[in-house]
Amino acid sequence: MSDAVLTITELNKSFGGLQVIDDVSFDVARGSRTALIGPNGAGKTTVFNLLTGVYPIDDGRTVLDGVDVTNIPAKDRVIAGMSRSFQNIRLMPHLSTVENVMLGQHARARGLAQQLFPLGLLRRNRWAEEARAALEQAGLDTYPGQVVADLPYGIQKRIEVVRAMVANPKILLLDEPAAGLNSEETEELQLLLRQINDRGTTLLVVEHDMHFVRTLCQQVVVLNFGKKIFEGTPDEVHRDPAVKQAYLGTDSTAPEEAGNAA
Amino acid sequence: MGGEIEGLLVILCLNTIYAYGIFLPAASGQLNLGAAGFITLGAYAAAWLNMSPDSEPGGLGLPMVLSIPSAVLFAAAVGFVISVPILRTRGVYMVLATFAFAEVVSGLVINLEFVGAAAGMPAEDHVDFTGLLIITICVVAFCYYLMSTRFGLAMRSVHDDESVATLFGVNVRATRVAAFTIGAAIVGLGGALYGHHFNYVEAQGFNVLLSIFILLYVLLGGTQTAWGPLVGAAFFTFIPETIRWLGRWVGGEFGKELIEYRLVAFGIIIVMMMVLRPEGVVTRTLLERVFTLRRRAAPAAAE
Repeated sequence: MSDAVLTITELNKSFGGLQVIDDVSFDVARGSRTALIGPNGAGKTTVFNLLTGVYPIDDGRTVLDGVDVTNIPAKDRVIAGMSRSFQNIRLMPHLSTVENVMLGQHARARGLAQQLFPLGLLRRNRWAEEARAALEQAGLDTYPGQVVADLPYGIQKRIEVVRAMVANPKILLLDEPAAGLNSEETEELQLLLRQINDRGTTLLVVEHDMHFVRTLCQQVVVLNFGKKIFEGTPDEVHRDPAVKQAYLGTDSTAPEEAGNAA
Repeated sequence: MGGEIEGLLVILCLNTIYAYGIFLPAASGQLNLGAAGFITLGAYAAAWLNMSPDSEPGGLGLPMVLSIPSAVLFAAAVGFVISVPILRTRGVYMVLATFAFAEVVSGLVINLEFVGAAAGMPAEDHVDFTGLLIITICVVAFCYYLMSTRFGLAMRSVHDDESVATLFGVNVRATRVAAFTIGAAIVGLGGALYGHHFNYVEAQGFNVLLSIFILLYVLLGGTQTAWGPLVGAAFFTFIPETIRWLGRWVGGEFGKELIEYRLVAFGIIIVMMMVLRPEGVVTRTLLERVFTLRRRAAPAAAE
């Protein structure tokens, strides 16, 4: 792979005596839509937590667009160009939709003057306008002032993606963005993610829904018990014996593809 | 204006200022039960700076326009210094740590001869009710502005979810220290104004009961919006008086009993508010509903 926006090299992490991430290395190509999949407990979310600095890394290196971000503090990684959504919705429950999105802009608004700019008093300021435009693009413009705790699950899930997006990251890490969505909501999410990707943002998606992965992603990395067992295209992944075994267990008589097992 | 009402409004102004000083850390998820400590610092600093060097127990003889801002800076500086160890604690431990801080301040002041020790000390210059009211309005406006800024957004995000706030680039520690320090400055301002309005300060008056009430104004008023402390302070300043007036109005034996038992009624009201509005009287959702109703009503009325 020639041009990688994110390079992960020999990543290791153990909790107590349990090695949860074991020598994982992979590249995410610039502008790609890459999926990180694997059975439950494979360490996918842990990889995200290590990338974003929620946990310190035991050993290994992560390089984002030529900058080594392995040891920089969590709050500076979003400035370096990495933002994420969460498996369980982690919106700020007491903030409105627009305010949640404006939190996503935080890393871009640096300096004391920006910190003391009255976002909430001036209705027509550039940050609020931008947040509203981003929501509108995502088809969420009906709820700008509403407190997010009162909104439906599917809407909250997409607001999380918008919040991560307005940080203008080089790479957007999405942790199970389609989980719990109905088919219509999933389609709307796909559309949103393609729009974001078309504008040049690389996507790294943890997802269980294999249909979602197959239609969205060009590249797939498979983890099992903290080890990388496969890297390739979504079409190849179904034919790979190691992946089949990870999802279905050993069974040499089953010729079916492992695709829908997740 | 009747003297009684003016007296009550003075208390309301001071309570409002104290409440906003405790609200700022509370809005970023920190419970500060040390209000009395910062009031003491502000009140004594202002009094000592204002009294002439020849007076008893002495001072610097600065005019009020200097003594008040200096007292505010002093309270802010102390708030900044103690925020470092105190912000390492969470929840009820933070409540205890701030309470302990206030006790330390009180214990020190009562033993310091140069600020009059246990007898307290006078403050010469007088702030009248009008001055107090203007400053109170400025404090409310300042806090309202602060909550509307990106810093305010960061504070509220830290309150809701520290780790997610961090991942979006919020410096959680700096935000908490700043909220605590600005809050300490505002409470100190309240203390300085107390000293200059009543022209006498006495550490025994600034006790833990005062700290508890101020924290109650804030929590029961609601920490989600900048209106909470104002509503909370107004509510709790007026309720005991309202019950007293009610007792007088009813008259007779029952009225007398109502006045005697007004603190019991007050306590019951507090418990009921906690049950009925656990997130405070003023919440985001409430404001949203009020404003949506108004917006919906406006086009309908125009037709």
